[in-house]
Amino acid sequence: MSEPRQSFETVAGCKVNLRRAGRGEPLLFLHGAQGAPLWLPFMAALARRFEVIVPEHPGFGLSDTPEWLDNIADLAFFYLDFMAALGLERVNLVGSSLGGWIAAEIAVRDQHPLKTLTLAAPSGIHVKGLNPADLFLWSREQAIRNLVADQALAEKMLSQPQSDEQIDLMLKNNFTTAKLAWQPRLYDPHLYKWLHRITVPTLILWGDSDKLMPPAYGPEYRKRIPGSKLLVFKHCGHLPHVEKTGEYVAAVTEFIEGARP
Amino acid sequence: MKFYCFHLMPYADLDLDYYKKYDSAWVTLPNSYYDPKKGHILYNRYLDELEYAEEVGFDGVCVNEHHSNAYGLMPVPGVMAGALARRTKRVKIAVLGRALPLINNPLTVAEEFAMIDNITAGRLVAGFVRGIGAEYHSWGVNPAESHDRFHEAHDLIVRGWTETGPFPFEGKYYHFNYVNVWPRPYQQPHPPIWIPSQGSRETIEWAVDPARKYTYLQTFSPVTALARYMQMYRDEAEKRGYTASPMQLGWAVPTYVADTDAEAYREAKPHVENFFNRFLRMPPEMLLPPGYLSLASMKGVMKAKGAMTGGEKTIDELMKVGMFMCGGVDTIVQKFEAYQKQIGFGYLLTALQFGTLPHDLTKKNMKIFGEKVIPRLRHLAEEPAPKAKAV
Repeated sequence: MSEPRQSFETVAGCKVNLRRAGRGEPLLFLHGAQGAPLWLPFMAALARRFEVIVPEHPGFGLSDTPEWLDNIADLAFFYLDFMAALGLERVNLVGSSLGGWIAAEIAVRDQHPLKTLTLAAPSGIHVKGLNPADLFLWSREQAIRNLVADQALAEKMLSQPQSDEQIDLMLKNNFTTAKLAWQPRLYDPHLYKWLHRITVPTLILWGDSDKLMPPAYGPEYRKRIPGSKLLVFKHCGHLPHVEKTGEYVAAVTEFIEGARP
Repeated sequence: MKFYCFHLMPYADLDLDYYKKYDSAWVTLPNSYYDPKKGHILYNRYLDELEYAEEVGFDGVCVNEHHSNAYGLMPVPGVMAGALARRTKRVKIAVLGRALPLINNPLTVAEEFAMIDNITAGRLVAGFVRGIGAEYHSWGVNPAESHDRFHEAHDLIVRGWTETGPFPFEGKYYHFNYVNVWPRPYQQPHPPIWIPSQGSRETIEWAVDPARKYTYLQTFSPVTALARYMQMYRDEAEKRGYTASPMQLGWAVPTYVADTDAEAYREAKPHVENFFNRFLRMPPEMLLPPGYLSLASMKGVMKAKGAMTGGEKTIDELMKVGMFMCGGVDTIVQKFEAYQKQIGFGYLLTALQFGTLPHDLTKKNMKIFGEKVIPRLRHLAEEPAPKAKAV
C-alpha cells in the first residue's frame, strides 16, 4: 500500500491534518464521527485512480479545534474555503456518515468546485418516526458491534488494544461530534429544504444492515436530490468503505468515471 | 459551623430489581416504575422531614433539581422550596441547585429564586449547577455547550438581580432586549450563591474569584478528594490576594447516626447500599456524555476508569473512604470534628435520608443528629462569615 503524503494546511485560521496520495481527478474524502486516524485500504485503492485527499475535520484528530467551530454549517463553509485554498477544481466529494452530512451542506451552498457527490449513509436530515440509534449511549464495544454487520470483523476490531494516544483522539472526536450533532440529533432542520439545489451527479450508498442510520433514509435522500442514484450494499453496516471495501471502491470509481456533467 | 439538612427525595418505593432489565435508574428506566399514589405519600413524607429539620435545630434545608430518574423527585425544586417557605419560619432554604444549562430561559430561575426570597424575607440560598451528565441525555441539551451556557446563564441571572431593568443582554446562547426581573430579590444585592460540584479545578477557579467568592460545596466525594479540592480553593484564594473564610467551603455527605456504632451500621447498611448501587447506578456513557467535562478532565477520568466503574459498593468501602458517615454519636462527632479541623469547611450539609431509608429511621437519624451532634460541633469554624452584603 503506497504511503500517503502527510502535511498540515492552515485554512480559515485552522490548522488541519491532511493526507494525500495518487494522481488523477481530485477525490476529497470527508470522514465520519470516528475521524480518520489511519490510511485505510479503501483510500489506497481509490488512490490508484484518483488523487485522494483526506483531511481530518477541524475539531478532529490532529487538526486544531478553532474558536469558530459550532455547527456543521461552519464545516461546510470551511471546506469551501479549503477547496479554494488548495486550488481544487472539479472535485469528487465523498462523505461518510457525518462527513456525508457535511458534503451535502457544502453542495447546497456552492457546488461550483464539485464534479460529483457521493454520500455514504449520510446523517443530516430527519424524517419523523425514523430515528437514528443513540450512539452517545453506546460503549466502545457496543459501537463497534453495531457499526459493522459482520461480527467476526467486530471481534477483530475489538481485539486490537487502544493506546493512550488513540483514547485521547477518540475523546476529542467524540467531543466534537457531540458539539456538532447532539441537538438536533444528527441533522440540520433546514438542510432538507434545499437538497433540490444539488445538480451535480450524486450517488447515495447505504448498508442494508446499518444499525446507526436507518437504511430507510436512503430513499429519502434519493427523493430529495434530483437525478441521484441509490445503491444498497447487502450484509453491510454503517461503514461500507470498511466492511465492503471492494464493492465500495468499484461503485465509487464506476460512478465518477461515468459522470459527464 | 452551620448545619443544613440535605434531601434528594428519591423514589424510595422503586422496585430494586429493575436493574435486571434496565441498566440505570436514569434516562431509560420507564416511568411505569413510578406509582403516583406512592409518590403522593413520599412527597408529603419528605416535606415533613425537611420541616422537622427546623424543629431539631438545623440552620437550613436543601432541595435540588434532577430529571427523569428514581434518584431524585424534584425536577422543579422551586415547588418544594415554595412549600417549605410557608411551613418553616427560621431555616434557610437552599436550592442546590438549579441546573442552568438545562433551562431554556435562565431568567425563570432569577424570577423563581426572587419569589422564594421575597416570601421568606431573605431565607433563600441560590445554588447553581450544571446538572448530571445523564440529564443531558434526557433533556436534549448539548453537553459540549454545558460550561459556556452555565457561565452565560449565571451572568444573566446575577445581572438581572443587580442591575436596574430593563437592559439588553447580548450573549451567545441567550439574547434579550428587555431584561427586567420582577420581583427583585429580597436580599441585596442578591441572595448568597453556592456552587455544588463533584470536584473541578475550573469550577473552583471561577467560584473563588474575588468578584464572586461563592461558597463551594463538595458533594458525595471521598474525603481525600474533599480535602484536595478545599485546599485548592484556599490556595486559589490566596493567589487572588485574600484568605478564604470557612463559610466559603461546604461538604455534602450522606450521614447516619445512632446511639451506638453497631446500631448505626445495622440500620443504615441496606439503605445506603441501595442508594449507591441502585439509585445512582449508570453506565459511564450516561454519566459522562462527551463535552460534559473538559477534554483534559475527561482524559483523567478515563485513566482512572477502574475506580469509577468498580461495581457494587459496600457500606464498609463507603465508610472507609468517607463517602458515607456512619456511627454512634461519639464516633460521628469525633469524625466530623477531625475532618473539620483538617479540612476547614464551615458548612456541613448532611443527607439524613438516602435511598430506601424509611421515615422512622430518617426521623430518628435527624433527631439524634440535631440534638446530640450539632451542639457538640457548633463551635467549630467560629470565624466571622464573609462580610454581609449591605442592604
